[in-house]
Amino acid sequence: MSSSATTPNISTVDNEGRMAENILYFARLLRSAGIPVGPGRVLDAITAVKIMGIGQREDFYWCMFSLFVNREDQRELFDQAFHIFWRNPRMMERMMSAMLPTIRVEREQELEGMTRRLADAMGKSDLAGIEPQSDEEIEFDTSFTYSSQEVLQQIDFETMSVEELSQAKRAIARLRLPIMEVPTRRFQRSATGRRVDMRASLLATLRASDSIPLKFKRPQRRHPPLLILCDISGSMNRYSRMFLHFMHAISNDRDRIQAFVFGTRLSNITRHLRHRDVDVALDKVAESVNDWSGGTRIGACLKEFNNRWSRRVLGQGAITLIISDGLDRDNAQGLSQQMERLTKSTRRLIWLNPLLRYEKFEPRAKGIKAMLPYVDDFRSSHNLQSLIDLSEVLSQQQPRRNQHLSKEIA
Amino acid sequence: MSTALPQSIEDTLALLNSAGYVADRSLATTLFLALKMGRPLFLEGEVGVGKTEIAKVLSASLGRRLVRLQCYEGLDVSSAVYEWNYSRQMIEIRLAEAAGEINRDKLSTDIFAKEFLIERPLLQALRADDQGPPVLLIDELDRTDEPFEAYLLEILSDYQISIPEIGTIKAAQPPIVIITSNRTREIHDALKRRCLYHWVDYPSAERELKIVAAKLPGINSQLSNELVAFVQRLRQQDLFKLPGVAETLDWADSLTQLDKVALDGDAIDNTLGALLKYQDDIAKIRGSEAALLLEQVKSEVSELEAMSR
Repeated sequence: MSSSATTPNISTVDNEGRMAENILYFARLLRSAGIPVGPGRVLDAITAVKIMGIGQREDFYWCMFSLFVNREDQRELFDQAFHIFWRNPRMMERMMSAMLPTIRVEREQELEGMTRRLADAMGKSDLAGIEPQSDEEIEFDTSFTYSSQEVLQQIDFETMSVEELSQAKRAIARLRLPIMEVPTRRFQRSATGRRVDMRASLLATLRASDSIPLKFKRPQRRHPPLLILCDISGSMNRYSRMFLHFMHAISNDRDRIQAFVFGTRLSNITRHLRHRDVDVALDKVAESVNDWSGGTRIGACLKEFNNRWSRRVLGQGAITLIISDGLDRDNAQGLSQQMERLTKSTRRLIWLNPLLRYEKFEPRAKGIKAMLPYVDDFRSSHNLQSLIDLSEVLSQQQPRRNQHLSKEIA
Repeated sequence: MSTALPQSIEDTLALLNSAGYVADRSLATTLFLALKMGRPLFLEGEVGVGKTEIAKVLSASLGRRLVRLQCYEGLDVSSAVYEWNYSRQMIEIRLAEAAGEINRDKLSTDIFAKEFLIERPLLQALRADDQGPPVLLIDELDRTDEPFEAYLLEILSDYQISIPEIGTIKAAQPPIVIITSNRTREIHDALKRRCLYHWVDYPSAERELKIVAAKLPGINSQLSNELVAFVQRLRQQDLFKLPGVAETLDWADSLTQLDKVALDGDAIDNTLGALLKYQDDIAKIRGSEAALLLEQVKSEVSELEAMSR
C-alpha cells in the first residue's frame, strides 16, 4: 500500500520462494471456495508477479484477478477471498517485506460478513486458525443425514457449510446426467455414415488419381432440451434444497436446461441457476421466489406453465422432469387436464416423487391419482441413489409413446 | 421502382399505411430508427399479429426485393447460405478428364467457381440490385437451433460471408434486416443486443377495426364493429391460445362468406373454429360463454353508435 516505497527487493530466491508459496496458498483457498484454479494459472501468476513486482495493492489485486477469475459471477467470491487472505495494510506490508514464513490469519470478528463457504475453506486450510462457527443447530433426521435447516421457514442459503456442500457436490459429480441423444437434421462427416457428403467427395476427387472417392456423413446427435419443474412447497421442504443443487449442477453442466419452481405460484429460475457459483445462484433464486415452504397449487401452477411457458420452452422434443410429492392443496382441481396438455407437448414426462421411498406407498392422494396416468415414468427421488438411477431413464432411448400405445391396443 | 428511405417517424408511419399496414406509432418509431441506424429489427410477438407482414409491406412500399429465410430446426449453411452444384461439378470433372485435362489445380479453381455456386437467401441478401439493398426477412428465428443463431451473429455484425473455396463476399450496402420470433424459445441476448427490439402486441379495437376495413373493404360496418369488439373481449378471457389479427381477418372473411350482416349466437358457434384453434378453448367459449360475450358486445356497439349519432 502506502509503504510501497520501502518495499525491499523481493527477487532474492528466498523471498521469491515465499511469495510463490503464498500465491500457491491463495490459489488453494480459491479452489476450495469453488473457483477452479489450475496449476498452470498459478505458475502464470507467479511469473506475472515477478514481472510486475509488488507495488500498489490494487495492481496486485487486478493481476491476481486477471489470472484467477474467468467468469463474471466469480468476482464476488474472489473479492472476498482476496481481501481476507491478503488482508489489511499490515498483512500486505509484512508480506512485502517477506518477513512472514506462512500467513496467519487471526480469528477475528471480520469473518462475520464472509460467505460460509469461504470461512470453511479458510478453516480447512493450514493457513488459518479459524474454525467454522457452528452456531446454528444441526439436526439430524433419520430419513436423511442432512442438516435440516429447511425445517425453518426462512431458508438461509448463505450459511450452507462446505461439508454439506461437498456432500451434495460429490453426489452431483456422479450425477452428470447422460441425457440420451437424438439425431438432429444437421450432418457431420463420418467414415461409417450412410449418406454421401458431396462437398467432401468432390474435394477429394481433385486429389485422387482417377475415380471419385466417396466421403460420407451422418446426422449429428444432440440431447433434447430438459425441463425441470420442482415443487418447493412445505411438504417438499426437506428435499427442495437438494433438488436446487441438483438443478444448479445440471444447468451448469449442459445447455438447453430450463428450470422452474412452484408452490403456490410458478417461477422461472433458469437464468439464476446459470451462475457458476452455487451460492450466488441459490441466493438469487431465494430472492426471486417468495412462496417457499407454503402450500401447493399444482393444477394452477401447471396451468400457468402451459399457458405462458410451454410453447416457449418445450420446443425441439424436450424431456420434462416433475419433482413433486403430488400433495395438492387445491384437491387436484383441474390437475388432470393440465397434466394431459403437458404430457402431449413433451417427449417424455418423468415424475420424481420422494414419497415413493415408503415401501407401502399407494397413490391415494387425489393429486397423485390425477397426475399418475399421464407420466411416462414414476420414480422415487428421496436419496442420492435414486437421483443416480435417474440417469438410466434419461440416458436411454425409451420406446416411443405411440409404440407403447399401439402395443396396448394390440 | 424504388422509394427513398423515410426521413421521419411520420414518413415511416405514412409509408406503412400507404401499403395497407395499419401501424401504431411505437412500431413506426422503432422501424425508423432501425432503418436510420442500419441495425436489424427484431420483432417478437404472439402468432398472427402481423410480424412477417411488416417485412413484406416494407419491401413492397420501398420497392426493394424481399429475400426470405424461413427458419426451421436443423437449418444449415447449405440451405441458408450457399451450396455447390454438385452434379454440374461432376459433369465438369468428367468433361475435363475426357478432354485429357490433367492439371488438377486448374480443375479445382474451375469447378469451385462462382458459376457452380447456388446462392441461398443469406448470400442473395448481400447482393444489392438496381433498387438498392434488399429487405432480408429472417422468419421465425426461434425455430432454428443455437448453432445457427451463432452463425447469424457473425453475418449480422459485418454483413459478410466467407466461402472457403472462393473467399469473402461482403455486401456493398447492408440489407434491411427484419427478424421475427414467436418465442417458442428464448433468443440469445448476444443476438438481441445487435438489433432494435420491438414487441408486436395485439392491436387496440380502433386499430383492429382499421385493419379489418383495410383488408376486407366490402365488409358490413355493423358486422365489423361487432366482430372486432367480440375478439377484443375474447382476448381478455383465460384461453390457451388467444386469437391474433390473422384469426380476426379469417373470421371476418368467413362471416362475410356466410352473408352475415350482424353477429348472432349460432353464427359464432359455427364459425368459432376460424378464431380458436384448440378444442379446450372452443369448448370453453362455445354456447353460454359466447352468448354472454355477444350480449356485452351488442350493448357496447349500440352505445357507441348512439354516441356517434
